[in-house]
Amino acid sequence: MAIVSKTANSASFRNSRRWLTVALALYFIYTFIPIFYVIVSSTKSNADLFGTFGLWFSGDFHFWQNLQDLFTYQDGIFSRWLLNTILYSVVSGVGAALFATFAGYAFSKFEFVGKKLSFALVLGAVMIPQTALVIPIFLLLSKVGLVNTPWAVILPSLVFPPGVFLMKVYADDALSNELIEAGRVDGAGEVHIFFNIAFRLLTPGFATVLILAFVATWNNYFLPLVLLNSSDNFPVTVGLSQWYALATSGSGGAVLFSIVMAGSLVSIVPVIAAFLIMQRYWQGGLGAGGVKA
Amino acid sequence: MPDAVATRRRGRVYVTKSVAPYLFLLPFMALFIAFLIAPLCYAFGLSLFKTTMVAGTQFVGAANYLKVFTDPSFWDGVVLLFKFGLMQIPIMLGLALLYALILDSGRVYGRNFFRIAFFIPYAVPSVIAALLWGYLYGPSFGPFGQLAEFFHLPKPQFLLDGTILGSIANIAVWEFMGYNLIIYFAALQAIPQDLEEASSVDGATGLQYALRIKLPLIMPTVIVTIIFSIIGTLQLFSEPYLMRNLAPGIINSHYTPNFYAYTLAFTNQQYNYSAAVSFVLGGVVAVVSYVFMLLANRRAA
Repeated sequence: MAIVSKTANSASFRNSRRWLTVALALYFIYTFIPIFYVIVSSTKSNADLFGTFGLWFSGDFHFWQNLQDLFTYQDGIFSRWLLNTILYSVVSGVGAALFATFAGYAFSKFEFVGKKLSFALVLGAVMIPQTALVIPIFLLLSKVGLVNTPWAVILPSLVFPPGVFLMKVYADDALSNELIEAGRVDGAGEVHIFFNIAFRLLTPGFATVLILAFVATWNNYFLPLVLLNSSDNFPVTVGLSQWYALATSGSGGAVLFSIVMAGSLVSIVPVIAAFLIMQRYWQGGLGAGGVKA
Repeated sequence: MPDAVATRRRGRVYVTKSVAPYLFLLPFMALFIAFLIAPLCYAFGLSLFKTTMVAGTQFVGAANYLKVFTDPSFWDGVVLLFKFGLMQIPIMLGLALLYALILDSGRVYGRNFFRIAFFIPYAVPSVIAALLWGYLYGPSFGPFGQLAEFFHLPKPQFLLDGTILGSIANIAVWEFMGYNLIIYFAALQAIPQDLEEASSVDGATGLQYALRIKLPLIMPTVIVTIIFSIIGTLQLFSEPYLMRNLAPGIINSHYTPNFYAYTLAFTNQQYNYSAAVSFVLGGVVAVVSYVFMLLANRRAA
């Protein structure tokens, strides 16, 4: 009896496994279409982009030419955009993660006046529409002459409220109060305890916030669109969207299409690579907080 | 912070337990106040004034808000986002839930591969996603149009008045389905294993177990993701902003409320009115999220 039910079970198990995998494969194809499209398109000349089937390679492999065009068009401004994006994302990512770790640690391990109110403010911050913030930030920063400088993008990006929430949750779980108490009993100062005991245990949470804040800045569009106006300071997202508008408007910009394709590919590869390399961090982190980055 | 670092190096001055939390909060809170609280207060102040060529800047109290309440350009955008959200959020979260349950069932090949692959679009900037889908939608050289032409079928029209909202919704589903899936998957993985053993002893099938036990257990997570999706939806900007290049006649400058606020501020230089629009939008976000939470709690109770 037991054997019969087991075989029936495993036959149905194998059957359902086949169908469920087919269901996954279907969505995978959908997910992959735009990615495949940008890979295919970046290997084509402008003529082939319009003249051949979009989802397959043409005979003419134009990839290196497109890359060369991308990095030489308008005196090679794309490499400037790429460097800007890297600068903004790395500085904002590291800074946001560090400050979120400090703040999350404070919210998790200390009692102090105004704790509830300030934490509620940080949580409520996710509800604020972007325009409600970015437009007044633009007006305020233009008063102090910071508009159209790297600081205009970096400083606001250092504020990453979801990171504070995530680090508080992480510190609640990963860091025992006894350990901190033991440090105090040994006579260590609070700063010493944080850097020599706590931070080591908080490192995985720190890495999670780092990658989420890094990607949030890398992918940000509205903030740099509003706060920067000279092409030299643009990140890739703003620069490419301008080329795209130029290419689409048809006013002599049609040659730009293959360049826009190559640029799109170049701009997404580093982020995908970062996610793949750091997958163990963000997967745990997103699960822990259910946080919107 | 320089003080604290110096303290640590010299090991002389001692940061006590009562001072420490303020010290740790200082960098974040200083920036939070400078780039969140202060701009909000400033924008609120702006929204109470009006600047005209003739009279200069005048205090007008709630006049800008009263104007927003009867401004069709604003409410058309809000109605559009409701339509968008009612279509996009259920599809996106339904798919995320379905695929999270499938991945969690353990009855699949390549579980880790699919989980990562579905997440990849989240790494693509929304601008690039809109740009790529925009090309794919193109009636003349987009591959779907090309396929239809090849088979002598009518070309799919993704960029017309009646279809473009669905086309933008598709981009948002593509971008964020995997993100929500990861959250659901993590919540499902946290369900204790012995529940499954107990339910299979009781003769429940995998499907029954998934729907009757797992699903109710991760409902709180689902509600959080719905609220985040509502907030995200009401802020829609990048995708329509990019796609207006392809459909300039359909996507106007007040297509979504954020788009409207942006146009008011940077095309019309109406910073005061733009600020009022942003605040009313924030109010709409808060009210919709709150009403949804009330409904969710009532059903749970």
